Amino acid sequence: MSGAQRLLILGGIGLALLGMSYGLWYAVFNEHQELDGIGKSLASGFSAAAERNAPAAAATFKQYKEEKYGYDRHVDVHSHWIGLAMLLIVLGIAFDRVAFSDGVKYLFALGLFLGAFVFPLGVLMQTYSHGPGPRAVTIAGSALVIASLAGMALGFARERVSS
Amino acid sequence: MKQSSTSSLVEVADGAASSFATLSARRLLLLGGIGLILVGMIFGDIFAVFVLHQNAARVGANLTAAAHGALAGDRAAVLANFQNVGAFLENRGTKVDTHVHMIDFGYLALMLALLQPWVALSESTKKRIAWVFLFGSGLLPVCVFLIHYVGLARSPLQSLGWASIFADFGGLLVVLATLAYLQGLVRSVTGKEPIVARDSLLADRSAEGRLLLVGGVLLILVGFLHGAYYAAADLYRHEAMDFSILSEMAAGAAGSNAAGIARSLNAYGTLQGDKAVNIAAHAHAIEFGLLAMMMAFFQPYVALREAWRRRWAVVLLLGSLLLPVCVLLELRYGLVAGGLADLGGLLVIVALMAMWIGILRYMGQLDAALGEEP
Repeated sequence: MSGAQRLLILGGIGLALLGMSYGLWYAVFNEHQELDGIGKSLASGFSAAAERNAPAAAATFKQYKEEKYGYDRHVDVHSHWIGLAMLLIVLGIAFDRVAFSDGVKYLFALGLFLGAFVFPLGVLMQTYSHGPGPRAVTIAGSALVIASLAGMALGFARERVSS
Repeated sequence: MKQSSTSSLVEVADGAASSFATLSARRLLLLGGIGLILVGMIFGDIFAVFVLHQNAARVGANLTAAAHGALAGDRAAVLANFQNVGAFLENRGTKVDTHVHMIDFGYLALMLALLQPWVALSESTKKRIAWVFLFGSGLLPVCVFLIHYVGLARSPLQSLGWASIFADFGGLLVVLATLAYLQGLVRSVTGKEPIVARDSLLADRSAEGRLLLVGGVLLILVGFLHGAYYAAADLYRHEAMDFSILSEMAAGAAGSNAAGIARSLNAYGTLQGDKAVNIAAHAHAIEFGLLAMMMAFFQPYVALREAWRRRWAVVLLLGSLLLPVCVLLELRYGLVAGGLADLGGLLVIVALMAMWIGILRYMGQLDAALGEEP
């Protein structure tokens, strides 16, 4: 097993475990509470509207917005870490078919691993800060994933041509 | 002719016996993994055709009733309708989770099957771990499916019912099994028990294997590009619209503006549809790409004629492309695109089923050849 394959396969399994453990923790301690909160804010908002209390309705909808924003991102972090982990493992297994030099292949593997770790991490950071920093981390992570994957696709295609 | 085919089978059997023996960990994970994916996909198709749209209509109807309750100043009607919306959404959410987790655990099982030669554990340990993995992979989705029906009945906890507890236990078993395989992999690559894995499965360079591999990578790339475009162009706008439409709806109710409420309800339905199709297209393109890549490795185990192996590979890729593209077009072309998307899903299921049958045939031949050895 080459260094790049090792990075992709072990990194992928580690990332899958991270994603699953995060999902398990979230499901046990947070998910139901957050879903309850989302439902209650919506119901309270419309109840306030029924009582013709527009300021109270606006306040509860703001709460709904925050809770929904957090919930969507927590679920995204869980699914993206695991999804990217699976991609890393499969590409790791097939990596000897990428027709580039070992150095270039290692760069692609490193880029994909870093991107796969950083992209959902940026999404997770967005639950703590709505500023541009976490978004920049997310964009950088996804750009790394896309660029590395495009390079690998080219490598697979080159193998096909050469054979 | 028969003699030569039998002797070639014995050769195949000799090569594969170590990694694909009867009830070996690899065989369990491969069969169980494809089985999980097939059941998850069939469940998803049944859910999409018979439950999803009806459920969405009920959610919409209750949301409309809640908004009109607010318009009439009837707080009790608002709460009752939102309780219904919550129940319908939970019902929908648990069905989607059942579908997604079953398929994802299937993918993980296929990957672990591929990695078996690198796992430095005894075959009996690997087999036990495979059983634990498959048990957890079945338990979690089945219990998630039951959450809506079991609820909090006789639960010792305030917000978690028994079905949720068992679902979490299933997830824990999957995590532990994966962790155990990881330990075996680490032992293999760190040199304590180095393994030089010579796996004929990974050396295969058949045309259908290559087609599935390259097609799979391209599907994943397309899925990522679409996801990135959606995140950059629509995600934050959709989130802002979600909040503003609901606020306008409530403001319309508070201000007795029936026409405003109707407009907001319409806009909210369109927004939810737009979000759903974009996310579904993104997720399905990537998942089918992964499936195609994994099935590329297992082509040597598909005991069908070469032409048929290639045909099923093409069918799998065609369905994998058709489904996400048509899902995206659903908002514009409605039921026609929806029907074509379902057809795409069906093509994937049929192709996967054909490959599964091919693998079962291979196993039968392998076992028979091994049984003939002196």
